[in-house]
Formats: sequence, structure tokens, C-alpha cells
Amino acid sequence: MTTLTENPNVAATADTHHGPAKGLKRWLYTTNHKDIGSLYLWFAFIMFLIGGAMAMVIRAELFQPGLQIVDPHFFNQMTTVHGLIMVFGAVMPAFTGLANWMIPMMIGAPDMALPRMNNFSFWILPFAFLILIMTLFMEGGGPAFGWTFYAPLSTTYSSDTTALFVFSVHIMGISSIMGAINVIVTIWNMRAPGMTWMKMPLFVWTWFITAFLLIAVMPVLAGAVTMVLTDKFFGTSFFDAAGGGDPVMFQHIFWFFGHPEVYIMILPAFGVISAIVPTFARKPLFGYASMVYATASIALLSFVVWAHHMFTTGMPLFGELFFMYCTMLISVPTGVKVFNWVATLWRGSISFEVPMLFALAFIVLFTIGGFSGLMLAITPVDFQYHDTYFVVAHFHYVLVTGAVFSIIAAAYYWLPKWTGVMYDVTLAKAHFWCSLISVNLLFFPMHFVGLAGMPRRIPDYSLQFADFNQWISIGGFAFGLSQLIFLALLIKACRKQGKPVDAKVWDGAEGLEWEVASPAPYHTFSTPPKIK
Amino acid sequence: MSQQHDSQSYYVPEQSPWPIVGAFALFLIALGAGTTIAKIHQTGDPGWGKTVLIAGIVIVVLMMIGWFKDQIHESMQGMHSEQLGVSYKQGMSWFILSEVMFFMAFFGALFYARVLSVPWLGGEPNNEMTHLVLWPDFTAMWPLEKTPDGTETQAMGWTGLPLINTLILLTSSITMHMAHVGLEKNNRKQMKLFLTLTVLLGSIFLYLQVLEYVHAYRDLNLTLDAGIYGNTFFLLTGFHGMHVTVGTLFLIVILARVWCGHFSNDNHFAFMAASWYWHFVDVVWLGLFIFVYII
Repeated sequence: MTTLTENPNVAATADTHHGPAKGLKRWLYTTNHKDIGSLYLWFAFIMFLIGGAMAMVIRAELFQPGLQIVDPHFFNQMTTVHGLIMVFGAVMPAFTGLANWMIPMMIGAPDMALPRMNNFSFWILPFAFLILIMTLFMEGGGPAFGWTFYAPLSTTYSSDTTALFVFSVHIMGISSIMGAINVIVTIWNMRAPGMTWMKMPLFVWTWFITAFLLIAVMPVLAGAVTMVLTDKFFGTSFFDAAGGGDPVMFQHIFWFFGHPEVYIMILPAFGVISAIVPTFARKPLFGYASMVYATASIALLSFVVWAHHMFTTGMPLFGELFFMYCTMLISVPTGVKVFNWVATLWRGSISFEVPMLFALAFIVLFTIGGFSGLMLAITPVDFQYHDTYFVVAHFHYVLVTGAVFSIIAAAYYWLPKWTGVMYDVTLAKAHFWCSLISVNLLFFPMHFVGLAGMPRRIPDYSLQFADFNQWISIGGFAFGLSQLIFLALLIKACRKQGKPVDAKVWDGAEGLEWEVASPAPYHTFSTPPKIK
Repeated sequence: MSQQHDSQSYYVPEQSPWPIVGAFALFLIALGAGTTIAKIHQTGDPGWGKTVLIAGIVIVVLMMIGWFKDQIHESMQGMHSEQLGVSYKQGMSWFILSEVMFFMAFFGALFYARVLSVPWLGGEPNNEMTHLVLWPDFTAMWPLEKTPDGTETQAMGWTGLPLINTLILLTSSITMHMAHVGLEKNNRKQMKLFLTLTVLLGSIFLYLQVLEYVHAYRDLNLTLDAGIYGNTFFLLTGFHGMHVTVGTLFLIVILARVWCGHFSNDNHFAFMAASWYWHFVDVVWLGLFIFVYII
């Protein structure tokens, strides 16, 4: 789509600039978008493993009916902190890391627009999660009210460490908002001459829209946790009917943040897939403009569907219908996207490199998650599905085989550009097949137990669910172990073990990031390239 | 600094220690505030958390001084290109949008309570049984002067202090604008005069706000825990007051810089950011005055 007329940077860059600083200072004081991108990505991966370990505790407890390994209060803390870590610690920082690495290179910018703030938005994150994880070891335990922290569970019935939970969420929010401001300003103001809006790679477009969503809804989350704090500790009654408030109000405010939040976690994934599929189908993306408009439509619709999380909470009939129809409407732009990817594949000259394997798995499995979402959107049947494992199956299909698979696909796609060497393809393929099989063993049977009525967030279940749950747990352990293959592969690649690669790693790839050397020099595009 | 920075190339700063210092300070503040609140809740004694909180605040202030010093130094050296100026302006506008959304959460709570939850508790529109079973003596009204569980309070009228405060803040927005005009016309005398006036008006506003709170607590029994009316009243005006405080401090720093001869009519991002921020708190106050006090 974009080609360079001239590119003065490629050869000259490495000489005219100094390289990175030495030692720990490089990482603590850095203002370099590539360093910060790497920090975000490693942090996200470590959080993915910690959050994953908590999922293993959950699956170990659910391996058999009855209570055997952990007590219910600890089980609740595990489900809660697993959710918080995966959403705010793994998926979101991973996408921010990809944005940091790739957006300046994709639009021909020398760095992110506000480099010092970029460093600040990363380094406050580990502290936020340190506080969150510390609460698990304190008196009364950590948050045990679900990642959605519904009142009154988080107010009347929570432990005193809720204050620390609230402040740690505040810090996560500050980090996301600063990161989003950086992304949006970079895209708006730092594009190279000739990089017009409709020439931008879709990963840039999707992140631009995601950043807008982040700026719009993260402050609302901050407001929600603040009200929880004052309700619990300062005697307010926002979520207490005795003082004129309403616990349902919490759900409205939370999901006004929460629903756009799920698109925050999936829109950049769409951008990644839209980069990978054309490369390995060796065809330009089908329907570029419609992809942009579809992304924007999804983002706008995401503000008017929040109450579909609350069909069973109680709402006037008009509300139930309004939110049902709006939710179903989202499947139209989402369908446009899936259709476009399939049309891109149509009559392409397809090859199955590892990023493509993950991207294809994404398209199929994310669509399954989308369909179960459509089922959940139908108000009358949601009364049956609500708060069962069907919901757990749905959002893990969109978040694990959707968002996480796209992050892994992105890592396999751009890792040679980052390290300069091709990773161990055998290990990568093993990682793919192990993950693919185990993840379906893990989440697919959840549909069945959910439809049969097994409730979520409960450490025990009726005997008839025992067989399926054993399979689910085995799938869970296998999926967890499969990620260790990825860890080994990443360590090898970062130690530069592998065959050196050219600037253009994949023969079908297009875009500015493939015009700079591999590994990408510490500074790229200090003078902007000219784009035809 | 091996490379010559000129106003043509986009300035990417060297390594900076301030962000990590700030991150650590934020950690101390969150940890300190969290444990202090939890400890007071349990035993009434803040314990060690208080010290950590204060240390965090001190470090954050030092960090800001250091960071801004670097920033101002670079700006005075002419390292900032026009493009960087655009980045700052856009960054500030998106930040203000995020602040607007923060207030929206509390305005949302206010509207929800007034339009939905309080009338529902009174039996509207089909919640007869809720009303009869839970609190049959409750009458829905706004301002909510008697909560379902019987806490009584009085509403804050809009005519006295609030009206004066509205006029003060509106005037301060005009003086702020006049200061900006002065800067653009290179009339530094006008700029200094009107900027000083704005700081004064902001401080008077804050002082009167404190008087209003004292009045609310002492005479009206209108407290933070007096039900949803007091909750929304104090959180909205409280967060607004915090923003006015930050805005006033921001303006004081700008005023000090003006006295040092900083800012010219083509290079004054910080001045403009302060001015935007000030207009923003003014607009929020208008929303507050209408929806919290008058209607």
C-alpha cells in the first residue's frame, strides 16, 4: 500500500545516533519507543504467566467436585485477581507494547510524540500490580469480589485491602490514559509527509480508535472505584438504597467503562490480523476503507450497549430491547471485518508461516466467540445463560483465542524485526499446535456445562458436570504448559540465537517497518521518509 | 548530546530520571493512602501508612520540579519545534477530555439518583412494592432532605455564596482570557495584571468554598455521609475544588515564570495549557452550578 520514494535513514541511522545507554539505567530512564515497547511486552508476558498460574489454581480446584485444594474465599481472590491481571496487566500492556514498537515505525516517526511521559506510563504499571498482588498476602486477603467489583460485594462485604485495590486501579487507569494520549498524538501529529489518513496501516487505525476509547472510558472507571472507596470508607451511599443510591447504579457506571473496554482489548487485534493476513495471502487487504469504517462503527456502538451485561439485573422493558438490538447491530461491522479477511484469503497465494497459523486460528475461533456473544445478546435467552460457564466460554474465546492469539501472532510476525534473527520455527509450530488443541479442550466444553447450568465463580459444582470439568482442567494445564514453549522461544530469540534475517522478513509484507534494517536500529526515521 | 538539535527536527529527549522517580512516588502515595484508610477504618489510627503517604507526596513534588525544570530549560534553548508544540497542545486537549469524562462519572451518578433511584424508592413508576416493603415512610424528593433510613439534612441554596462564587469564577475566566490577549499583543504589563487577578479570584473562590463547606457541616447538617444528595454534592464540588486548587497552583507557577521573563507571543505552550485548564474548571463549575445547586 505504501512505498518509499527515498529513504535516507536505512544506512545512516546507526552511525549518526548514539546507541542505548548501558546497564539498568537504560531501562529505568529510557525515552526510546523500542525500549519502552520491549518493557511493556515483557511485563505483559510475565503478568500473563502470573495470571495464568492463578487460572491453574482455579482449574485445579475445579478438577473434581467438592472442595479440596483451596478454601472458597481464596478461590474468589484467584478468580478476581486472575481477571484483573489478564485484562489490565497482560492484554492491555501487550497491545500498548506493540503500539510503542510498531506505530512510530509504521508511520515514519522518530519516536512517540511524548517520550518521557511514555516512560512514566510504563513504569507506574509494575508498581500498580505490586500493590494489587501484595493485597493477597495481607490481613483479610485481596479483592474477592470478581474483576467487575460489583457493589455491595466490593463495599459492604469486602476486606479493608479494598482501599489498596482502588488505588492500584487508579494507577492502572493513569497509565492507560497517558499511553493512549501518546498514541493518539503520535498518530495525529507525527506521520511522515505523504502518510495520509487513508494510507495508514490498519494496526495504526485500530489503535487510534482504541486510544480514543481509552481516554473516554478509563476516567469513568476511576470514578467508579472512587465511589466504591467513599462508599466503603467514608460513609457515602452511592450504591446503597438506604441513602437514596442504588447498587444497580454501580453496574451502569462500571459497564459504561466495561463494554468499551472489551473493544479496547480487541480492536488492536483486528489491526494485527489485518496486517498478517495480506502478507501471507500475498494480496492487498480486501476492503481497506470498509475496515476503517467498521472499526469506527464498532467503537461508537460500544458506548450504547453496556447494559447487555445486566439483562437479569432488572431494567425497564424498553431498555432490555434497546440494548439487545444495539448489541446485535455490532455484529454487522464485525461481520464486515471477518468477511474482509476471508475475501483477502480468497484466491491468495497462501503460505502457513507461524504468524499466519495464529491469524487463521484467530479468525475461526474469534468468530466462534462472536457467535456465542450474539447468543448472549438475545435478552430472553440470556436469562438462561447469564452467570454460567457459557459466559466464561464466550469471553475466553474472544479474549484468549482472540486477543491473546493476535498478540502471539504479532510477536511471531514482528519478532525477527525486533531481534534481527529468525526464531526457532520448530518450537513455534509446537507452540501453535499445543496451544490450539489445548485451548479448545479448555474452553469448548465450557459451552456445554454452561448451557447445562453450571454457575461461574463457584469453587464447587454438581456431580453431573464432573467429566467435562476434568477435560477442561486438563486442557487448562496443557494450555498453561504450552506457553512455556513460547517463553523458551522468546529467550532464545532475545539472545539472538537463530539465522539473521533481511530487512524484509516476509516476502509478501508491505509497510514502512519492513524498510528499516533488522534488527531495527535504536533510532529510526529521525528525518521523516517521503511516502508516495 | 552528540547531535545538534535545531527547531527543524523533532526533539526526542535523552534519558530522564524523573519518570521512574514519579512512578516510585505514585507507588508510595497509593500504598500510603490505601493502608492509612484501611487502618483508620479498623483502629482509628493511621499507623505507618501516613508517613509513606507524606513521603510519596514530597517526592512527587520534587519530581515535578525536576521534570518541569528540564522541560523549561529545553524550551528556552529553542529545542522545541513547531511540531512538538502541536504534540503538547493535542496532548493537553486529550488530557482535558479525560478529565471531562471523570466528572461525567459523577454527573452520571447525580442524574441516576435524581431521575431513577430516588423516585424508584418512592414507588415510581411501578415500584409500589419496593416502596411499601422497604421504606413505606419514605417520600421521594430532590434535594433528598430525608433519606430512606432517616438521615436528615438541609439543601444548599444557590443564591448566597454559590452565586457569588459563580460570578467570581466566570470573571476569572475573562481575566484569564485578557491575560492571554496581553501575551499575544506582547503587552506584558496587561498579562501580568490580569494573570495576578486570575490567581486572586481563584484563591478567593477556594476560600469561599471552604466557608460554604463549614456552613454546610455546621448549620445545614449537610455532610459527606448524609445520603445521595450530600454524596453527589461533596464529591462533585470537592473534585472541582481540587481541580481549582491545581489550576491555581498551575497559574502561580506561570505567573512566576512571567516575572522571570518567560513566554513570548509565539512560544507559550505552558501558559496556554494553564489557560485551557482554567477555562475547563470554569465550564465544569457552570455545569455544577446548574445541576447541583439550581435545578
